[in-house]
Amino acid sequence: MKHTLSVLVENKPGVLVRIAGLFSRRGFNIDSLAVGPTEDPNLSRMTIVVGAAEHSLEQITKQLNKLINVVKISDLDPVKSVNRELALIKVNATSKTRTEIIEIAGIFRSGIVDVSKNSLTVEVTGTIDKLEAIEEMLRPYGIVEFVRTGRIALSRGQKE
Amino acid sequence: MKKMTGAEALLKSLEEEGVDIVFGIPGGVLLPIYEAIYKQDKIKHILMRHEQCAAHAADGYARATGKAGVCIATSGPGATNLVTGIANAYMDSVPIIAITGQVVTPVLGTDAFQEADITGITLPIVKHSYLVKDVNDLPKAIKEAFHIALTGRPGPVLIDIPKDITTAMIDFKYPEKLELPGYKPTYKGHPKQVKQAAKAIMESKKPVIYAGGGIIASDASKELVQLAEMAKIPVTTTLMGIGMIPSDNKLALGMLGMHGTQYANKAIINNDLIIALGVRFDDRVTGKLSQFAQGIKIIHVDIDPAEISKNIEAMIPVVGNAKDVLTALAKEISKFREKGEKEESKKAWLDQIAKWKKEFPLSYETSGNGVNPQFVVEEISRLTGKKDTIITTGVGQNQMWAAQYYNAKKPRSFISSGGLGTMGFGLPSAIGAQFGRPDSTVWVIDGDGSFQMVSQELATATINDLPINIAILNNGYLGMVRQWQQLFFGKNYSQTCLRADETCPVGCSQPIDECPKYVPDFVKLAEAYCAKGIRVSKKDEVEPAIKEAMKTKGPTLIDFCVAREENVFPMVPAGASLHEMIASEEDLG
Repeated sequence: MKHTLSVLVENKPGVLVRIAGLFSRRGFNIDSLAVGPTEDPNLSRMTIVVGAAEHSLEQITKQLNKLINVVKISDLDPVKSVNRELALIKVNATSKTRTEIIEIAGIFRSGIVDVSKNSLTVEVTGTIDKLEAIEEMLRPYGIVEFVRTGRIALSRGQKE
Repeated sequence: MKKMTGAEALLKSLEEEGVDIVFGIPGGVLLPIYEAIYKQDKIKHILMRHEQCAAHAADGYARATGKAGVCIATSGPGATNLVTGIANAYMDSVPIIAITGQVVTPVLGTDAFQEADITGITLPIVKHSYLVKDVNDLPKAIKEAFHIALTGRPGPVLIDIPKDITTAMIDFKYPEKLELPGYKPTYKGHPKQVKQAAKAIMESKKPVIYAGGGIIASDASKELVQLAEMAKIPVTTTLMGIGMIPSDNKLALGMLGMHGTQYANKAIINNDLIIALGVRFDDRVTGKLSQFAQGIKIIHVDIDPAEISKNIEAMIPVVGNAKDVLTALAKEISKFREKGEKEESKKAWLDQIAKWKKEFPLSYETSGNGVNPQFVVEEISRLTGKKDTIITTGVGQNQMWAAQYYNAKKPRSFISSGGLGTMGFGLPSAIGAQFGRPDSTVWVIDGDGSFQMVSQELATATINDLPINIAILNNGYLGMVRQWQQLFFGKNYSQTCLRADETCPVGCSQPIDECPKYVPDFVKLAEAYCAKGIRVSKKDEVEPAIKEAMKTKGPTLIDFCVAREENVFPMVPAGASLHEMIASEEDLG
């Protein structure tokens, strides 16, 4: 099962390699990993998506917690959190297909960030499902290049 | 605040941490640090002959004293030579501080002369590490390093210091506060869990304590024996736990696992409650995991939450320090008793255990006036019994015989490489232990193969006039591997005979009196290092040689020429379950 771990770490050199090293040494697979600053300049947040059974997830969390620079780990409940990912998709476009592609992009509320004689680059933000759906729609035109940021996530605000 | 160089600040910081001895070897990038060492007299530096041994010496020092051991090595090869020693300390949770020199910061990452990415290399074998890139961060790094190494589950911490940091100037002030937001080890067990554990003990008819290094690390031997005696629970220890309970205590079962006693393994198979204290269910203990403790209730107490339910599911997990949890457990049991709660009698169980002990004692075959390795260990045990003695061991058969036949009475008196199984650990750890406890008698029980990996440290022992006694159980083989070849590989002694030369028949598996003579001659080797060397090849020479060694002021090496194909029994084959224990040679048919 896929789990989204939100890991708050001290913003220090070498933290990423400690975490990545731990995953590889203990034989856990990372599906995606995104790192960025937080509201506190001393801390960074890593959003790590892992595919793991309950027992291994417990081990991953415990082992991560042992790293001195790891401050907090939460296993985000998909219902109680907001998940987003961004993708850039460069797709073949001719004068004939260009309008169709722009239309598809519009349906997914995504923008065109680059245009050339033979291609269009679509920027799309959303959940994994949405990203996969647009990728599916654009594939017939020929996807030249494709990049995804990996998931970022935050728990939802406290309900009153 | 005082202005000083980074090197001076390093020494000052070590002094602040109460360090009075470091083990190391100088090198190019360490020159400023060694200049600072030269100019002070608070911290003694022991010049080792190999960096690996500097790490092992720091390790032995830490295990013997409970304080952090410190070792220093230069950049590049000096640092990489520390790696085995650091890994060894990591596997056995020993607090050592490894200080490495590094090339100057402007050339970091350029493959400069003697550059090695030691923080990168050691990442999976340290509790934490620092690469200090600003001299102002140095005191803080050292303070944190000692705190991290010594608290929670102890472990090694590495501090890599580029040369230009050691010459940069700093307004020295040792930090008072620690800022480690991600590091808060749990000491006190959760009261609810402790209560549940106490209840399980009350309700158990056949409980057994399986205790290890966590007891020694948290200085909880007294509390352990108290709990065992008050609740009438037999105790089996891991290799790391030897010494926490004297083996002549009625409740002591000795070591369990692959080369454990038969009664300890019978107890761990046939009980109704395992109380696991400061242990990690290592494969050398459990045998085949899927068949270990099936259907048995397990209480697992450990300070490291990641150890709980890692290999074996614990029904009652307690995260905490063994000492605190044991104290709390004893209190809870007393409370239950005061309230008159039902408590199962353990008598039938203890009778059963006494019967097993009588029926299946440790034993070995003696033959005429030949020297049995087990006998040598028994004699050392007997003759050092009244003194405050520390035993260190090599790895292999020598280690297992020492574990089985040495009667260790106190914690921190049996020092051995458990998790990593580092051959050669014996002599350098003995050097560290002797410096840490100068009034103790230190014996190294080693194998001839194991000893040759570190024999250069005889120089360190002699030069420092250390009265270390080295008992080499010399069977002319890499004995443990040979044992496995004999039992599981059709006696094909591939590359395990240390006496073999080009005159030997191909595929020889039959040691005879006329085998080529042993190289080196250990007695002459000892003498070359200005130590005393004694050779023992008859049973009746064993006692006088041990006595002679103990009378000698400096180091003494005794070359015990023991039965060549003696095997360590009992034995559980690797990957087998504890039920499949081989008791002796006869069991093999």
